[in-house]
Amino acid sequence: MTELSDPLDINRPPSNRWMEVWRQFRAHKGAMAGAMVFGLIILGVFLGPFVYPHDPQYLPSGRDFITLRDTRPIYVALWDPSAKVNWHYVLGTDNLGRDNLARFLSGGRVSISVGLTAMILSIVLGTFVGLIAGFFRLCDGPLMRLTDLFLALPILPLILVASVLFRESLALSLGPEMGTFLLIVGLIGLTSWMQTARIVRGDVLALKEREFILAARSIGTTPRNLILNHILPNVMSPILVSATLGIATAIITESALSFLGFGFPPDFPTWGKLLNDAVDRMTLYPERVIWPGTLISLTVLSVNYLGDGLRDALDPRSRSR
Amino acid sequence: MLTFTIRRLVLAVPTLLFISLVIFLLLQLAPGDPMAQVPLTVPPEVKQQMREALGLGQPIHIQYFKWIIQFFWIEPLNGIDALFGTGLAEGKLRVISWQTRSPVIDIVIQRLPQTLWVVGVAYVVGILIALPIGIISAYRQYSIFDQAGTFITMIGFSVPPFFSGVLVIVIFSVQLGWFPSIYDTMHVVDDWASFKVQIWQMFLPVMVLALQITSQISRFMRASMLDNLSHDYVRTARAKGLSEATVVLVHVLRNSMIPVVTVIALGVPSIFGGAIITEQVFKVNGIGQLLITAIQANDLPMVQTLTFIFAILIVLFNLIADVLYGLLDPRIRYD
Repeated sequence: MTELSDPLDINRPPSNRWMEVWRQFRAHKGAMAGAMVFGLIILGVFLGPFVYPHDPQYLPSGRDFITLRDTRPIYVALWDPSAKVNWHYVLGTDNLGRDNLARFLSGGRVSISVGLTAMILSIVLGTFVGLIAGFFRLCDGPLMRLTDLFLALPILPLILVASVLFRESLALSLGPEMGTFLLIVGLIGLTSWMQTARIVRGDVLALKEREFILAARSIGTTPRNLILNHILPNVMSPILVSATLGIATAIITESALSFLGFGFPPDFPTWGKLLNDAVDRMTLYPERVIWPGTLISLTVLSVNYLGDGLRDALDPRSRSR
Repeated sequence: MLTFTIRRLVLAVPTLLFISLVIFLLLQLAPGDPMAQVPLTVPPEVKQQMREALGLGQPIHIQYFKWIIQFFWIEPLNGIDALFGTGLAEGKLRVISWQTRSPVIDIVIQRLPQTLWVVGVAYVVGILIALPIGIISAYRQYSIFDQAGTFITMIGFSVPPFFSGVLVIVIFSVQLGWFPSIYDTMHVVDDWASFKVQIWQMFLPVMVLALQITSQISRFMRASMLDNLSHDYVRTARAKGLSEATVVLVHVLRNSMIPVVTVIALGVPSIFGGAIITEQVFKVNGIGQLLITAIQANDLPMVQTLTFIFAILIVLFNLIADVLYGLLDPRIRYD
């Protein structure tokens, strides 16, 4: 019995490509840490409300309003015994008596949902344009010129302008929250697909010359199946990497919009909006600035490390190191 | 080289026209009405006349054409008039702001120096910090310096300016009281003491912007140096007995600077975009802040002009980057 080799032997050569990628990824410490932190943040903001069931919108009224507003986080009591703390509000309350921790959690849900949805939109658009441009020679020129033109647009000013122009009409037809969400996701997605399109096009152009594509073509595969079954799986790795990095960009753009006051409405907080609201009173209540800011930075930092590790794991050229 | 430059210049024209069309059409869809502030007692016919006086009654393509003429012909003529005292543009209608009823370009010219001071100094400082960091990290790859540098550049990438700006205000101007938190644009530099005050108030915004620039450029510098350090010519240079400093700082650095120079040129417009946020944080009344107030006040001509100025910056610096790349690396001049 002892002579049998251990089936979980770590030095055994991996049997398929994704096992190998996973092995590479695990070796990258920063990427593992990034993945863990990002996972924790996602779990926290989406499952947090079940553990900490406070309503972020609850406004205390009457006398409660005076006693519950502007309380400090409980850790402040460690060095400042005179600080106004309340054990029911772990991170204190804001100037209207709303629970800070509950607001950070619900803000995180919005920020991360915006980041993920905008990333998906931009990846789908970018991949589509890149595949079409790379595969069909006739579309290549016009589509790539279009990409160049989009790259020359002043993105942040245009997003600012558009978010003001279309907010009212979308809010009227879809409700203030859904309208703003779709508007911001759409704007970020529509202005960030260009890099993905360029990368995908380059890879498709190189793949098209390979023998297996010729073989598939010679047995009569239709262009649609050729793209979906043979080309798309082979350009997945750059798409994955740019998807990861796209989440970071989308979260930063959304926070910047909210920070400048062009994002979500005031009663629908995101991390950027919470940060913006807190700036005026940051000398008295620095925690209201530091928490959302740290959460944004930590999320983006972890996503960036994750993307870096993915790139190293997926790129065969760096594999030999 | 000349044909290469000319071809690039000619390509820039349709790009600019496309961008101007996008900006124009976007603003045409604006639901905001410049007549919203006019009292309700004004009869609708008068309102209609006022609207026509603002040029709002005409079809879209005529409005677009007139705006292009105003922007590319009348405004430059006005510039020439102001410079040489000629009267070329007399009686011609300029692009007028709906907020102040004065020409948009005049306001932009008033605001531009503040932005240029902060952004320009930040860019130079950022590059000056980034280049040595990139060179050392590449030369000592995987050393502690390299690891620390990579970590700091990651932080520079990830911490958005609206947080790092607020953070440095809390730490350095509120807690420590070293620097002012608000940039005073009325400050006049005329002697040594006032120059010191200027440096002092510029320090925080410049450092916040420089952190971002440094993280981008030092990564490029490192990658480019690493790429070049493994080439054969480096081994040859060492083999013929050149000192290590000459090999790295003359031979490798010169070759690695080629892509970095273009990245530096390409980064200029995005820095103006980043300055929108930094200006808001430090209350600098530059063009970024002007854009924000114009959007909030529904001042369409101002928004149109400013957005287009940002677009011109992008196209211009793309062009500069292309031409520089062609100048520095003869292999890509495919003419």
